[in-house]
Amino acid sequence: MSDKSLPPSPLPAEGGDVGSPGSQVVTGAPILSTRGLTKRFGGLVAVSDVSLDLHVGEIHVVIGPNGAGKSTLTNLLSGDLPPTTGEVLFEGRNIAGCSSDQISRMGIGRSYQKTNIFLPFTVFENCRLAAQSRTPHALRVFHRAEGYGEVNRLAEEAMTSAGLDHRARRVAATLSHGEQRQLEIAMCLATQPRVLLLDEPLAGMGPHESQRMVELIKMLSAGHAIMLIEHDMDAVFALAHRLTVMVNGEVLESGTPDQVRSSPAVQLAYLGGEELLHD
Amino acid sequence: MTARLIKFLPWLAVGLLALFPLVGSTFYMQLLTKVLIMAIFAMSLDLLVGYTGLVSFGHAAYFGLAGYALALMAPKYETVSLWWSFPASIAVCALFALITGMLVLRTRGIYFIMVTLAFAQMLFFIFHDTKIGGGSDGIYIYAKPTMKLGEMELVNLEKLENFYWLALLSMAATYLLLHRVLGSSFGRALQGIKVNEHRMRALGFPVFRYQLASFTLSGALAGIAGYLAAVQYGFVNPEILSWHQSGAVLMMVILGGMGSLYGAVIGSFAFILLQEALSNQAWFGAWAKHWQLAMGILIMLVALYLPQGLAGLMQRFGRKPVTEAADE
Amino acid sequence: MDFAFFLIQLLNGLQYGLLLFLVASGLTLVFGIMGIINLAHGSFYMVGAYLAWSLSSMTGSLTAAILLAVPLTVILGMGLERLLFRHLYQRDHLYQVLLTYGLILVFEELRSIIWGDDVHGVAVPALLNASIPLTENLSYPVYRLAISGVCLLLAAALYFLIQKTRLGMMIRAGASNRDMVQSLGIDIKLIYTLVFALGVALAAFAGMINAPLSSVTPNMGSQVLIICFVVVVIGGIGSVKGAMAASLMIGLAETFGQVLVPEVAGMIVYVLMAIVLVWRPEGLFGRT
Repeated sequence: MSDKSLPPSPLPAEGGDVGSPGSQVVTGAPILSTRGLTKRFGGLVAVSDVSLDLHVGEIHVVIGPNGAGKSTLTNLLSGDLPPTTGEVLFEGRNIAGCSSDQISRMGIGRSYQKTNIFLPFTVFENCRLAAQSRTPHALRVFHRAEGYGEVNRLAEEAMTSAGLDHRARRVAATLSHGEQRQLEIAMCLATQPRVLLLDEPLAGMGPHESQRMVELIKMLSAGHAIMLIEHDMDAVFALAHRLTVMVNGEVLESGTPDQVRSSPAVQLAYLGGEELLHD
Repeated sequence: MTARLIKFLPWLAVGLLALFPLVGSTFYMQLLTKVLIMAIFAMSLDLLVGYTGLVSFGHAAYFGLAGYALALMAPKYETVSLWWSFPASIAVCALFALITGMLVLRTRGIYFIMVTLAFAQMLFFIFHDTKIGGGSDGIYIYAKPTMKLGEMELVNLEKLENFYWLALLSMAATYLLLHRVLGSSFGRALQGIKVNEHRMRALGFPVFRYQLASFTLSGALAGIAGYLAAVQYGFVNPEILSWHQSGAVLMMVILGGMGSLYGAVIGSFAFILLQEALSNQAWFGAWAKHWQLAMGILIMLVALYLPQGLAGLMQRFGRKPVTEAADE
Repeated sequence: MDFAFFLIQLLNGLQYGLLLFLVASGLTLVFGIMGIINLAHGSFYMVGAYLAWSLSSMTGSLTAAILLAVPLTVILGMGLERLLFRHLYQRDHLYQVLLTYGLILVFEELRSIIWGDDVHGVAVPALLNASIPLTENLSYPVYRLAISGVCLLLAAALYFLIQKTRLGMMIRAGASNRDMVQSLGIDIKLIYTLVFALGVALAAFAGMINAPLSSVTPNMGSQVLIICFVVVVIGGIGSVKGAMAASLMIGLAETFGQVLVPEVAGMIVYVLMAIVLVWRPEGLFGRT
């Protein structure tokens, strides 16, 4: 496999501090980073000694074959699973072992690989609930839930960002698969996170829907630190500022997309000879 | 039917029920009082089962505890003031629900069902085996509580219709309270927890706290029903917190249609009238003694074929399925 | 407390615990393998006791009664699984609770119609009607020892069945992955029927052999059910090993509790359960 088989950077450089994909990486203190993060299930090591950084304004894509530990890594960062050893540092503070609701309230939002929404509720109610989790008066027992302008505004903003405002009144169960994926992101946005952990947001989407989602994620990268797990290589190289390849729970290579592409280890172990990187 | 009429219906029903003492006989007034009290009990359980997604099979514990609280607080042959004994009994239930809730909410699913039942049985055996509450015979409450303002008696609860109205008022108040609570942010969060607890946690909701609040409120509301029931019967014994009671109220909730407050009310009407009918000797003769056989078969049929209860049945025949949800 | 007295209580506690195990093991197997909560499990214990009473008064022998009754309870279990429980596997626990609650009422009323509401006693079989003297005035009944022995034998057989046989392997596989088992061409429905019938028969058998020790009373089913729930909660759902550990624990705790602190003896098992819930909510041997 030669360098010629690798696609060119599919997007023009945008400039600014965001950094165009594949060209430059945001420097400075990371908002979220892991140090020696490890998760064992009995004898199986699902995530082994992973250290990576997320910066605001940067999309950090994690790729790897099935079973590489990508989803487990997401679960460790979001608090769905406690790590066996290692640290998760959020703004320098170790949050490993915090519960998922605590971590969500700190400003780390996540989406799920399998759509995980409130199927019987409307799109608006899904987003409203998500936004409600941010309000201090959420425990008020007598005031009507719809009576909070701020919560409604957040919910509507999230729907608009995710391109779902025209579906506000629809029951989530009746949405198309792609729309449900969008709702998944919208709910995450309604919680106003600073870090977004997106677990295969494009899974099962058609080309048109995928394109929309890629645009959405690109737009979101401006104000958020994003960790993206994705299999769709077009999307990966369209979006990645930083790329990490995981194999068997370990980080095989990490760096800019160009660095990763030219890494012999990656070419051998993961990309080796396959048509993954062909256009 | 227009939406306005539907909104108006509960008030119409309460209005009609309020007029019932003008025409009803003593027997039917007593029966209806019982229905109203059980409706409060059923609504309190519906908050857990239908809105929070917690299947409690020990709800009679809170119902019975309020009755025992009243019986133990009331001086033996004298009357006790409703003004403090009512809230105090409810507070006892709330406290017990808070404590047991902290334990049982550590479990889920089948465990939760078993553990709630086990704690209810614990209470049953405490009152059954010890002298605290008069053992298996229970305690008599010889006089009904008084409602006095200074020296003046506001309402004499010894009069059947007055007690009936108190029960009706309590039922309506419970309905209104729960309606408000369920429409609030707190109530919405509970319903979110019922649908997808895991996602609620990922959105940043401290799920345990919400569930505990719901569990405590539910226990307190069951206390309202238990207090009134103890006043109506004039005695308490361990049977009022037995698991048959827990099963019966669960049946009311599901028979009516869980997840709708009016369903719980309809369910208690249907269940108690059914119970009355099946145990009617004039109709069923010797079989009336074994009315639980028919009830048991009926319960099984509901579990198998009517999971959404009567409310679901009405919706199935009454309305077309909706994809656009109503605001409620 | 002198040693002989202590020994008697110890044996009583173990015997009670082992008996509980027979009932609870079926309950925990049905929970663990089929995901069903069965409130009517206590009714099978009650049915066993009443069958033992009525058949032994007909035949004059408890042994004959048991030999006749066990096949009946197996048939009962298979019939119930086919007719009712089969429809509940995919349903919410709520409906399992409701259906089995209804089933309790049916069993209670049928018992009342067939056998009446009186309390009965069953004679200890003549062969085992003896006592082993421990001191001058303390002795231990042979029948209780025999029960413990039978329970231990059954527990060993159950362990062998689940861990060492092909059927047991399928049962264990079925508990962890229903679809996989089905795709291997194993008739999961048949396995469910067998496991359910086994649970029914074990509970009923416990009721039969315990009939001479405790009187046969109408509400015996619900009492044993609640204690078995506590056993399953402490031991961990689906764990037969856990059921054994928890049964013995509760058997001993209740027996010694009634001797040492009779006022609060009824509370002990629930306090134990509360402690386990705080410490290990998934039970001692439960899967996390």
